[in-house]
Amino acid sequence: MTIQAGPETAQTPTEPEEVPRVLRSAPSGADRIFRLVLMASSAIVLILLAAVTAFLGVRGWPALREGGINWFGLHWSPDSGRFGVLPLLVGTWAIAIVALVVAIPVSLAMALMINEYVPRRVRSWITAIVDILATVPSIIYGLWGYELFSNWQIGPARWLAHNFSFVPILRSPDPGQYGKSVLATGLVCSLTIIPVITSVSREVMAQVPRDTCEAALGLGSTRWGMITDVILPFSRNGIVGACLLGLGRALGETMIPVLVLSANNILTGSILGPNGLGSIARQITGDFVNGSVIDKSALVMAGLVLFVTTLAVTTVARSTVRRAGGKVR
Amino acid sequence: MDRFRPGSTQPVGGLLPASIPPDPNRPTRRRRVSVESVAEFGGSALAALAVIWLIFAVAGVDAPFGLFVSWFLTFVLFYGVLCWRSHGLLGMKTRLATVLIYSGALVALTGLVAVILDVTFKGGSVALARFPHFFYADMTQLGGNAPVTAVGVGPAIVGTVEQVGLAVLFTVPIAILTATYLVSASGIFARAVASVVDAMTGSPAIIAGLFVYLFWVAPRHTTGKSGFAAALALSVMMLPMATRAAQEVIAVVPGSLREAALALGAPEWRVMLRVVLPTARSGLANAVILAIARVTGETAPILFDVGGNVKYNWNPFSGQQDNLAFRIYQLFDQPNPHAVRDAWGTGFVLVLVVFILFLLARFIGASTPGKRRVRLPIRRLTRSDGA
Repeated sequence: MTIQAGPETAQTPTEPEEVPRVLRSAPSGADRIFRLVLMASSAIVLILLAAVTAFLGVRGWPALREGGINWFGLHWSPDSGRFGVLPLLVGTWAIAIVALVVAIPVSLAMALMINEYVPRRVRSWITAIVDILATVPSIIYGLWGYELFSNWQIGPARWLAHNFSFVPILRSPDPGQYGKSVLATGLVCSLTIIPVITSVSREVMAQVPRDTCEAALGLGSTRWGMITDVILPFSRNGIVGACLLGLGRALGETMIPVLVLSANNILTGSILGPNGLGSIARQITGDFVNGSVIDKSALVMAGLVLFVTTLAVTTVARSTVRRAGGKVR
Repeated sequence: MDRFRPGSTQPVGGLLPASIPPDPNRPTRRRRVSVESVAEFGGSALAALAVIWLIFAVAGVDAPFGLFVSWFLTFVLFYGVLCWRSHGLLGMKTRLATVLIYSGALVALTGLVAVILDVTFKGGSVALARFPHFFYADMTQLGGNAPVTAVGVGPAIVGTVEQVGLAVLFTVPIAILTATYLVSASGIFARAVASVVDAMTGSPAIIAGLFVYLFWVAPRHTTGKSGFAAALALSVMMLPMATRAAQEVIAVVPGSLREAALALGAPEWRVMLRVVLPTARSGLANAVILAIARVTGETAPILFDVGGNVKYNWNPFSGQQDNLAFRIYQLFDQPNPHAVRDAWGTGFVLVLVVFILFLLARFIGASTPGKRRVRLPIRRLTRSDGA
């Protein structure tokens, strides 16, 4: 304090400074047990995480030891001692990125439409439809993608390959077929993440103070001006979080790559056509049960990589959304 | 021991309300659709269609999807130029944005609804044409010369119900206890648990299956695969999901309610059992049912663990069991066209189950948690006083 002590305070120097008193809770015996039970049951989640990581790590270690740095090689055939996990890793990411590229604009459009464009009665209906579609199991999407969608996209995919083959990722595939490709898989995956991104970003956009929106409109802004200058800047973080959440979902998607993608696990640059890039989840599903010991070990290691990646993405996504004031299912 | 803070009520909305409560202060804007704007919109659409159709006809290209895309792009171009000339740059931007936002949403809804309609028509025609049989017959006759009415998904329904039921028994008590802990405690341990729960909700489904296979099935060789193993794998998926959902529901129980009970001298465990949980009852039921709906169709976790069985096996603890999602995958893997057709039928049954669960959750969740009337002695006292 810079103020000099006056005569009054100087006369009463013994008065202690006021501090908040400390309240000590003295829980009864039953409450102690209760808290212990709560903590013990909370610890189960931690134990689960530790157990999964440890099991996968221990089982995957032999492959990593044998493969060494070649583990990140270009070709996947563990039985001949080549653990090129790169085609699987790149394929997993390629599928997720295709899914995101399609899903993000479409989901944001849907979120904006629900919040800003349609009447309130219609709004609750569309929200309910999006929520119910989020619960459709991914094997249904896989079934649909394999039986119908993979064939529907052949025409446009062929057109892309014929006219845009100068773009590296759209080079026409080797056997001249266009079904069961990374593109088809990614497009089907985008359907599973559209409800996720839509509902989370809609939630975040609804947190924007209504007064500010009305102020923008009152100053003569158009509706699109209000969206770009008020709603999107306010909810930017939440939207990024929603997209990351979708990324995590798309990376961990299993049944859609299993059913739709046909892979040869070689590193190609093209997302069109079968027999190219693989996917970690697909490879585990296909080879794990009947594989050799070292094959299994390599697959487990790949699974651990996938596990850690999606965990990291999900953690970042959720904390971003939480800070933006949204909530995540 | 961590500090308990009973009065913490962050405004975490439940996952329940279907409709957003209207803000009383929000002004209503009357939107009129003028004749000119309809004419601009429809005129550009028709003009674009005419131009594109002509080009495609002259060039002799037969590509309906390409025609549609080119028509849309041309329409956007025409409409943009028209609006720019008549409404200026800002007017053009907002009108184009409206068109693009509506069409983007339409694309998403079309894709999603197409999946549901295909499953309903392709699968529903299979499942409902053989209505009673398909739901109780088993799969032993598949592929033979037996009539199609002898084939059904009875064992898969039994297996799914038992496995999901076991998973619920394993996870829901733990999830509710953990959620209570996370809501009431703060400290490094609670934070660690909260972030691990968050992270685990995004763990890939196949990893749960792989873990249970390595941990439980593989050491037991031929007897490892069972309904119980599948239930374990589903529990790994369900635990973080149910914990998060329960945490949100418990967090919206008013802190004043909890504090009132504590101030009256109730011990913490009684407050939890008699005040907090009953108040959050409908929300908890909703959360649990939604978690069941999510887990019912999970295929990847059980792929290595359930084994599959074409016959009835009522005992989840011994022998391989069937499961709806697993059965779809199995049927689909076979070259037999009858099997693929039955896969669609099974898919229809699965979607039906999930939708019924979802609607049930909506129905139960219709009453908001915390708003529910709690019968505390104090309320009865004041009522009799006032009478």
